[in-house]
Amino acid sequence: MLAADLLFSRTVQVTGFVVLLLLGAIILLLSLGAWPAVREFGLPFFWGFEWDSVNDKYSAGIMIYGTLVTATIALLVAVPLSIGVAYFLTEIIPNALRKPIGMAVQLLAAVPSIIYGMWGFFVLAPWMSENVILNVADFFVDIPVLNKIFDYGSGNSIFTAGLVLAVMILPLITAMFVEILNATPVVLKEATYGLGATRFEVIRDVAVPYGRRAMIGAIMLGLGRALGETMAVTFVVGNATRFSPNLFAQGSTIASTIANEFAEAAPGSMKISALLALGVTLFIISFIVLMLSRRFVKPRVGG
Amino acid sequence: MAASGARRKLADQIVNVVCTGAAVLALFLLASILYTLIVRGLPALNLDTITRTMAPTGENGGLANAIVGSLIQVAIGMLIAIPVGIMAGTYLAEYGKSSKIAEVIRFVSDVLLAAPSILIGLFVYTLLVATTKTYSGFAGGVALAVIAIPIIIRTTEDMLNLVPTPMREASAALGAPSYKTITQITWRAASAGILTGMLLALARIAGETAPLLFTSLGNLNWSTSLAKPMASLPIAIYQYAASPYEDLVQIAWAGALLITVGVLAINIIAQTVIGRNK
Repeated sequence: MLAADLLFSRTVQVTGFVVLLLLGAIILLLSLGAWPAVREFGLPFFWGFEWDSVNDKYSAGIMIYGTLVTATIALLVAVPLSIGVAYFLTEIIPNALRKPIGMAVQLLAAVPSIIYGMWGFFVLAPWMSENVILNVADFFVDIPVLNKIFDYGSGNSIFTAGLVLAVMILPLITAMFVEILNATPVVLKEATYGLGATRFEVIRDVAVPYGRRAMIGAIMLGLGRALGETMAVTFVVGNATRFSPNLFAQGSTIASTIANEFAEAAPGSMKISALLALGVTLFIISFIVLMLSRRFVKPRVGG
Repeated sequence: MAASGARRKLADQIVNVVCTGAAVLALFLLASILYTLIVRGLPALNLDTITRTMAPTGENGGLANAIVGSLIQVAIGMLIAIPVGIMAGTYLAEYGKSSKIAEVIRFVSDVLLAAPSILIGLFVYTLLVATTKTYSGFAGGVALAVIAIPIIIRTTEDMLNLVPTPMREASAALGAPSYKTITQITWRAASAGILTGMLLALARIAGETAPLLFTSLGNLNWSTSLAKPMASLPIAIYQYAASPYEDLVQIAWAGALLITVGVLAINIIAQTVIGRNK
């Protein structure tokens, strides 16, 4: 009896350690693979703006820029929309509709990201190039600085990639916001209603302050998802490995570059190593974002 | 007073309108995705799509090898991830609890959960592809397993924590050793929740593309060998959607529809399991 007990507890314990080993192996193998590139190009690898397959010179600056900018655009679009949708779902629509629509939002968060990429490529990007880019670029053409940021470009661009990411993380953030708003103690809300507050005031002055930290954590989780997303971006970002401040120009992110260029690189080459170094960079960025999100949300609140 | 009351009411009305607008816009965008998927996928979906293998443009190919390849790789992933995930989750909930080492494992599992899936693909590439010098279906399955493991760990631990302690105490009072208590009482009480976690992990890895790009690579031909490059539905969709040929793009949409319907169906089943448990 005791032997069986010991065997069982040891087995599950060892399995727990396997998880530690797994992350250790990921960090070790990626770093080992990245080492030749980091040694060759030195620390400037992380801020240089050169990606030259012909001369075998690589640095991550263009991709880091693309990753941060697409994710920022995604947040700027998705967060306000999510707040609006969450308010709508918790306060405005009738009770009977709440459950089905809430479930639909959760289902949309489960749609594979490649579907968002295809939609972006076949629907959003052509629409952008027909209806948006020319008009916006025309509008800004005489305004300094802005005419560089919103210059003429193509439907497949950094900007479109940011929009696709926004649509992708929208259901995710909305679902978390709805949960957070619903977690406000009913007594608090009713007390405020009792003082004559309107619905908006109850949300603004009671529910949002009450869930503020959790909401920031939710935004961080959305950001983490946007930073590391591969397929939704690769379809629409254009995959150009040269720098342009123009948001309507083709660009690339860390994940899209890895996805695109890995197959062309010979095993054991400097390029493979540079791509692995890009992977390590992405790992560090998403680790920082995860740390930030954990600062705001205590892990497993309900656990 | 009256004026400010009117202003507050007006502010409330404006917020209502703005938020309804946001909801309409969001629903429109998401509906546009589903609409495109159905309008472009449904006409392309027929018996050929699921019975014929991938073929160059003009040869009336299908996705049969990709569907079978996906099933094989997802099965490998789940076969590895289920025991590892459930055992590690059990360790955290029943043995480790709030000990230092359990906290570390919990943290590491969260890091894995948040890691971009393309990095998992890179990891398995260096682990299994660079060392064996060949892309393989097995490597694809392992990459999917690494993605599924933290999902299963988390749900397993959460679900075991929901099992009331008196149940464990009652079992112990009857003289059951703790492994019996866990396997026959706690696991059983949490079974619906654990099953939900497995289904969610299944749905997640079934649609994953990035980790397969440089592990199983994809294969245009029929191959069920685990030691060779293997086709998968997401990779096939990616290859076809990026091609300039309209017939291949159509097949990509059919595949996209298949995979979305499959993933959503698994999710709905998972939700129903939770519902039944409550």
